[in-house]
Amino acid sequence: MSIDAPLVARERKAGQFVIVQCDDDYAERIPLTIADADPEKGSLTLIFQTVGASTHKLALKEPGDEIVLLGPLGNPTHIGNFGWAVCVGGGIGLAPLYPIAKALKAAGNRVTVISGARTAELLIMQDELNAIVDKNIVVTDDGTAGLKALVTGPLGELCRENPPPDIVVTLGPPIMMKFCAETTRPFGVKTLASLNTIMIDGTGMCGGCRVSVGGETKFVCVDGPEFDAHLVDWTQMMSRLGAYKPREKIDHDRCHLEIAAETQGGRA
Amino acid sequence: MSHADSPELAGTELEKLRSAPLSNKARMAIPAQDMPCQKPEVRRGNMGEVAEGYGKEQATLEAERCLQCRNAPCIAGCPVKVDIPGFIDRIKKNDFLGAAAVIKRTNLLPSICGRVCPQEKQCQLPCTVGKALGGVEKAVQIGRLERFVADYERESGQLSAPAAGSSTGRKVAVVGAGPAGLTCAVDVRREGHRVTIFEAFHKAGGVMVYGIPEFRLPKALVASEAGVLESMGVEYEMNFLVGRTRRLSSLLSEDGYDAVFVGTGAGLPKFMDIPGENLVGVFSANEYLTRTNLMKAYNAAKAATPLYPSRRVAVLGGGNVAMDSARMALRLGAEEVRVLYRRTRDEMPARAEEVVHAMEEGVIFDFLTSPTRVMGDDSGRVAALEVLSYSLGEPDESGRRRPIAIRGSEKVFPFDTIIVAVGNESNPLISKTTPELKVDRWGHILVDEKQKTSIERVYAGGDIVLGAATVILAMGEGRRAAAAINEVIQ
Repeated sequence: MSIDAPLVARERKAGQFVIVQCDDDYAERIPLTIADADPEKGSLTLIFQTVGASTHKLALKEPGDEIVLLGPLGNPTHIGNFGWAVCVGGGIGLAPLYPIAKALKAAGNRVTVISGARTAELLIMQDELNAIVDKNIVVTDDGTAGLKALVTGPLGELCRENPPPDIVVTLGPPIMMKFCAETTRPFGVKTLASLNTIMIDGTGMCGGCRVSVGGETKFVCVDGPEFDAHLVDWTQMMSRLGAYKPREKIDHDRCHLEIAAETQGGRA
Repeated sequence: MSHADSPELAGTELEKLRSAPLSNKARMAIPAQDMPCQKPEVRRGNMGEVAEGYGKEQATLEAERCLQCRNAPCIAGCPVKVDIPGFIDRIKKNDFLGAAAVIKRTNLLPSICGRVCPQEKQCQLPCTVGKALGGVEKAVQIGRLERFVADYERESGQLSAPAAGSSTGRKVAVVGAGPAGLTCAVDVRREGHRVTIFEAFHKAGGVMVYGIPEFRLPKALVASEAGVLESMGVEYEMNFLVGRTRRLSSLLSEDGYDAVFVGTGAGLPKFMDIPGENLVGVFSANEYLTRTNLMKAYNAAKAATPLYPSRRVAVLGGGNVAMDSARMALRLGAEEVRVLYRRTRDEMPARAEEVVHAMEEGVIFDFLTSPTRVMGDDSGRVAALEVLSYSLGEPDESGRRRPIAIRGSEKVFPFDTIIVAVGNESNPLISKTTPELKVDRWGHILVDEKQKTSIERVYAGGDIVLGAATVILAMGEGRRAAAAINEVIQ
């Protein structure tokens, strides 16, 4: 989705996110990562997966519609010349991984990307990534594209090289990021994970996004979204993400019914 | 309940009183008027406003209790120096719109202040009538009168906006549309400067829309008062986070603002620093209230923002925010709501009326009690709270008696939801992206007596300076900053 937001497009840096709302009345605030921005055109590219009622409604927006958007939020990724950087993206996480890989490459790093998805048709951003990185290793759960493997397979192999990667950045489903952290931990490779937790304001007020990092409570919106993946309490983070699962399921089912009713009504 | 609950009764009494000029003794013989309220068992099941406000007769009767003291100790007790005897005198003369105009000379948000100010600690504390009758609860009910006048004006459809002065060509940025920012914006706009308010949320009002619940402060009322600013020509930039969308320094150096007021409000919520606080089901009061108020989660049929299903709720803290959270939890269907406070009722910082209302509604108070850890179930959700009993020792720096833990008094109670209402840290966004801005060790912006920060032409006020304070104190700071800004950029 491309959104006209000139100020955000100008200010945003790799690693930052925005909060969007379908309307300013009863809609929910959804944190979404930024896949790309064009400061000259003043536009932002957001890539999201329709996982619940609110993202479904967002997906139904048409060109010219307005939405509420706040950003850019969170701290930008710390970009430096580390040497060899490995960027691991899973599913929709490949979208925000792209600007980070691009910035790391521009800073002089050798950049290897591991692109993971359930199946070939969910593999996104491949042309963009192939155009900028040194190597792109593709894996899918079902083997329909690249290797039939999990991202942790090639990640482990890269860590066994001598010398190992200087930095690993991982973006994707929490369970994937957790296992990336477990894969790199024995090798002592510094690993950053970008967290997408439940949040409301996204500006450091509600505290809903808090996570334990190294035993300390941190707020994803103002202290993150990137943290040392070896220090994040993944079990707690994942249980917090599931806080509203039962209600989300009900809303999602209701949303499908509403959409079905509307589209059928439209045809009649 | 006072005997003058019904307007008719108030009316007859008033006629009787008016038959002759009143002596001070006669004025003091009139009992303080209670405000009619929704019955506790009814209101705990709805979001409607708890207090229904005075009618004309009851307001006039209450106004007759004012002695019109020459030294007006009440004005000295008001952070924005409302001419209290002046507006009460207009009420006595049935000139309610005139009374509103007197208040609005110094306070543009009277319907809000009348509802949420801690009057018993401000204007009503030094009231001569209360002093003479031996109790602040017997003081002239200034807050209720203010509310009456403001509501009368709004309902009359003759809501007046202060006039903006002729254009000066100067422009001022106000960061945050809460009570400090709105007040500052009005006073700067009156001088004829252009004013833009930058607000991170999608609605104006700050804590008055995300924090204070509908049942205590109707949101339509906040919207109407924020709308008055628009009619004065104040511009709003919503969904704009200064510090991220645009830096503070860029507003001054590139966007041509002559001065900036920072009123960004409360920041990161404080927690108790006890084990288990990140379990699912532990909420900051900020989150709990924002979900229900600003995001309207109480309306489950319409709102997309979900609510956590709560049956047994513990609220930690003894301030207004704790009262709001507890009473909201009841309204959302919790079976039992307990407020845990480590001191006693006398030391509670909450507004007296809110504590009474909470008790009437069925909130249970566990005084001299503080939690030691939150216990979870196998799925990481809250299951119970371990608490410790306290006794009160000698007074501490705050003048309140220090709570002392009683060793070995640990007990465990089942809860599924914990709401932590023990205050806020400061929001780090602006200070982090503006290194020259000096802050104290808690991150609150340091200001001088004119609210000026360490940066020229940058002023600050409200919770970002004070820590967790009140709407009216924030307004007082916004007003002081506006005066300084008007002086500097004229």
